Amino acid sequence: MYRQQILDHYRNPRNYGELSDATFSHTGENPSCGDEITVDVVLDEDEAIERIAFSGDGCAISQAAASMLTSELTGMTLNELQELDRDDVLDLLGVEVTPMRIKCAVLAEKVAQDGAKIYHGELDELEQTTIEG
Amino acid sequence: MLLRERETPEGLLVSVCDTDCLGETFAHDRGELEVTESFYGGAAAEEAEPERIVGSLRRAATANLVGEEAVGVAIEAQTSPLDVAVLREEFPVLGRHVGGDVTAPGEGADDDQPLVYLDNAATSQTPRAVVEAMTDYYYSYNANVHRGIHHLSQEASVAYEEAHDRVAEFIGADGREEIVFTKNTTEAENLIAYAWGLEELGPGDKVVMTQMEHHASLVTWQQIAKRTGADVEYIRVTEDGHLDMDHAREAIDENTQMVSFVHISNALGTVNPVEELVDQAHEVGAYAFVDGAQSVPNRSVDVGAMDADFFSFSGHKLCGPTGIGVLYGKAEILEEIQPYLYGGDMIRSVTYEDSTWEELPWKFEAGTPPIAEAVGLTAALDFLDDVGMERIQAHEEALTAYAYDRLTEFDDVTVYGPPGDNRGGLVGFNLEGVHAHDLSSICNDHAVAIRAGDHCTQPLHDTLGAAASARASFYLYNTRDEVDALVEAVDNARQLFA
Repeated sequence: MYRQQILDHYRNPRNYGELSDATFSHTGENPSCGDEITVDVVLDEDEAIERIAFSGDGCAISQAAASMLTSELTGMTLNELQELDRDDVLDLLGVEVTPMRIKCAVLAEKVAQDGAKIYHGELDELEQTTIEG
Repeated sequence: MLLRERETPEGLLVSVCDTDCLGETFAHDRGELEVTESFYGGAAAEEAEPERIVGSLRRAATANLVGEEAVGVAIEAQTSPLDVAVLREEFPVLGRHVGGDVTAPGEGADDDQPLVYLDNAATSQTPRAVVEAMTDYYYSYNANVHRGIHHLSQEASVAYEEAHDRVAEFIGADGREEIVFTKNTTEAENLIAYAWGLEELGPGDKVVMTQMEHHASLVTWQQIAKRTGADVEYIRVTEDGHLDMDHAREAIDENTQMVSFVHISNALGTVNPVEELVDQAHEVGAYAFVDGAQSVPNRSVDVGAMDADFFSFSGHKLCGPTGIGVLYGKAEILEEIQPYLYGGDMIRSVTYEDSTWEELPWKFEAGTPPIAEAVGLTAALDFLDDVGMERIQAHEEALTAYAYDRLTEFDDVTVYGPPGDNRGGLVGFNLEGVHAHDLSSICNDHAVAIRAGDHCTQPLHDTLGAAASARASFYLYNTRDEVDALVEAVDNARQLFA
């Protein structure tokens, strides 16, 4: 699992930080690892992702996945975001993720998707995303 | 295989030939292994009992071990009071390989690394004797217990009831009426919390626990306290992982009705001063509930001597099966407590209007109980007694001390819990810059099975300032070589993340 690419994104995460002008922002956690990730998104007028950032901490898999995914999401519409599934994240990571660690890998994706759903009023705003351990 | 032993001025000299040599000829092209005083000499040899070294080498010879491997067996014999090599033979799973596809259980063609199992505080492996006892039950006297007049039911009932006697004997209880079978330690906690706590606790009352409590009791009493309006207080843990006994004396006051605490911490390895805490509870008229999940597997426990009112442990952590746990309670207290679960098997007589309860312990065992598991638990306790609890404890303490020493050699490794050798058989630690789950994954890449997370002690981890920790835990079949494999895996994680 710990190929150079993963470790590189873990050590030097892309899009790490916060966006003060975020259109929406959402936080989620993976209690089994104690991973926590917040995703900030700025949308353009076509509801495409203009800028995206994440913050938080956790294991290498969760942080590397967030780094890689946010790089991929820029320019994507919210509809396209909702169409992503866990295999898309696993493909991005490019390594075999053991079953017990898939929760770590998909955390950022789920947080971004739930954030977008809350923005669209499809989810209760108070809910925090939790990947069940 | 042939083993040669002769007395020398230095002591017993043992040689192993790795050939089926008969008569006078001991020569072999790989030479012969001479076991000299360099590794069985001195004080260690006296402690290790020369006969046991010889026995160990005889096994090395039978198992076709030569050279370094045979020496390894001999060194193990010297540092452990157990015949680890022989014991391991009783646990088939310890011989398996791992590392391949995990979606199909069991060893597959792509599993190519020998397993190093260091997750015993979570669950222990199961010896043949236990599996065979349960198989025998299913193959030859499987029947529902009690109220059955037919032959098989009587056999099953006798075995099931005698399992209670065996447990009582093992932990020093007065008899079967003090032994209730539950699903696990957690259910034993819940039984008392619901059946006694919900009835007896109220505003102004207090339950005292410790900061190192396992969620099994922490969450249980916390929630029961919420429902009854009772208070909860946690005895603080000191910097070096012990309970702050000054704080304990303060916390356990006249309002305290229950003091519930772990005998040995599953995260820190701390061995708590049970008698002292039980005495303090009794001084203020409170009950003491001791969670023995991490102590019964590796040391001789006497609930009578510690004077605990309640005591609990799980079968699967001491070579027994999953699905069975034990609640011990003093008979006179259990007598006063109403049943927790209602249903069949726990009643004496039933009308449409009312029911009366069976005697202890049956009034707490509603429905069909874990019969095969009780048979397996009996076999597990027999197995442990055959090995000897004192020897198991000594083996674990030596191995844990070795692991502690090896891990604390590194400046970037934080080992939690008290220093020294008065610990349970586990070591919780973190490697700087590497999340515990990553560390555990890398260990897994080396076929070293350890656990990572908060180990059901989330509030404790908050006080430690660590979201998670890695934990290696040992049992009677683990070796120093396996600890070395762990240290090597940790070293590899360090290099990967450097």
